[in-house]
Amino acid sequence: MAIFSVYVVNKAGGLIYQYDNYVPRTEVEKTFSFPLDLVLKIHDEKVIVSFGQRDGIRVGHALLSINGVDVNGKYTAEGKEIQEYLKDPANYPVSIKFGRQRLSSNEKLMLASMFHSLFAIGSQLSPEVGSSGIEMLETDMFKLHCFQTLTGIKFIVLADPRQSGIDALLRKIYEIYSDFALKNPFYSLEMPIRCELFDQNLKMALEIAEKAGTFGPGS
Amino acid sequence: MTVHNFYIFDRNGSCLHYSEWNRKKQAGISKDEEFKLMYGMLFSIRSFISKMSPLDMYPVCVCVGERERECVCVFSLTKLFRKDGFLAFQTSRYKLHYYETPTGIKLVMNTDLGVPNCRDTLQQIYSTLYVEYIVKNPLCVLGESLQSDLFNTKLDSFIRALPFFSVRAA
Repeated sequence: MAIFSVYVVNKAGGLIYQYDNYVPRTEVEKTFSFPLDLVLKIHDEKVIVSFGQRDGIRVGHALLSINGVDVNGKYTAEGKEIQEYLKDPANYPVSIKFGRQRLSSNEKLMLASMFHSLFAIGSQLSPEVGSSGIEMLETDMFKLHCFQTLTGIKFIVLADPRQSGIDALLRKIYEIYSDFALKNPFYSLEMPIRCELFDQNLKMALEIAEKAGTFGPGS
Repeated sequence: MTVHNFYIFDRNGSCLHYSEWNRKKQAGISKDEEFKLMYGMLFSIRSFISKMSPLDMYPVCVCVGERERECVCVFSLTKLFRKDGFLAFQTSRYKLHYYETPTGIKLVMNTDLGVPNCRDTLQQIYSTLYVEYIVKNPLCVLGESLQSDLFNTKLDSFIRALPFFSVRAA
């Protein structure tokens, strides 16, 4: 159905390229009266729903804006603490928008290196001899496919569980990487990839893969 | 096709049960260390997935059939479709199947690559073996390594009877 994003991780576990191809929008705006029927808590400097799912608002969603004005971390646009603001009945009725928090670039770096070590542990805990690391990780919402080259670069693609043809796509990305990143004289190895041709060709490959990928049983 | 080994963890990370059948490679560390490493890996995978997922990952229960109206049935899993994230991963040589109950019991089974999704099998192990012979046995202290011989023999015969257990079935 869709390819969500692409990550390229170097052999030290550093993220050298990331591209979000398709980000589903999950935002819900709703008007509340006092008292609020959700339990909010502060996590990582953000206000997160911790209990009380309703009307499309889910546990884990972050508070994005109040009365149409975007919030700034755990503070409102005027600089007041959100939790204090919501405790005051005078501010009600209030319209609040909730949604899934986007990953910041720091979080993406962290997740990439996390996968790097999970990959290694997956191979260490193998009950069979000569096992590679994690090649495919399956969840209800997406499948993560990973292809490690002989030189240790990992290409990671997040896609819909029904999307097929990911193996071919991973090899195609490797080809694009060797053609447009490695042959670029201004690209230094192991460093983040900032090459326009690489970007363009990757996007093209993703488009083709999405169109060609039939929704056959299993990918 | 074959089953390599099987782990049960509780929600605090202690390994309640471990058994193995056709395991060809040991991890090269003590069993205790291996359990910790395995639990740590699963724990990290869960948090990795919940952050990485482009869609909501938290348990969403969708009741089906005649139960549609009583939506408090989070614990009767048979009729529910839970979006609880991590199902399985595979490497070039083996596949790890994962199942977690809402109480935090984690069942992990390693098989070879040909085995399809084992969620039902793992859930069956939980409901017909763990609940029957451990939870319903007052002498089994919850949260400690399982000592019941009855459970061990039942589990062993259950796994051996699985259609994908024998090496030749492939």
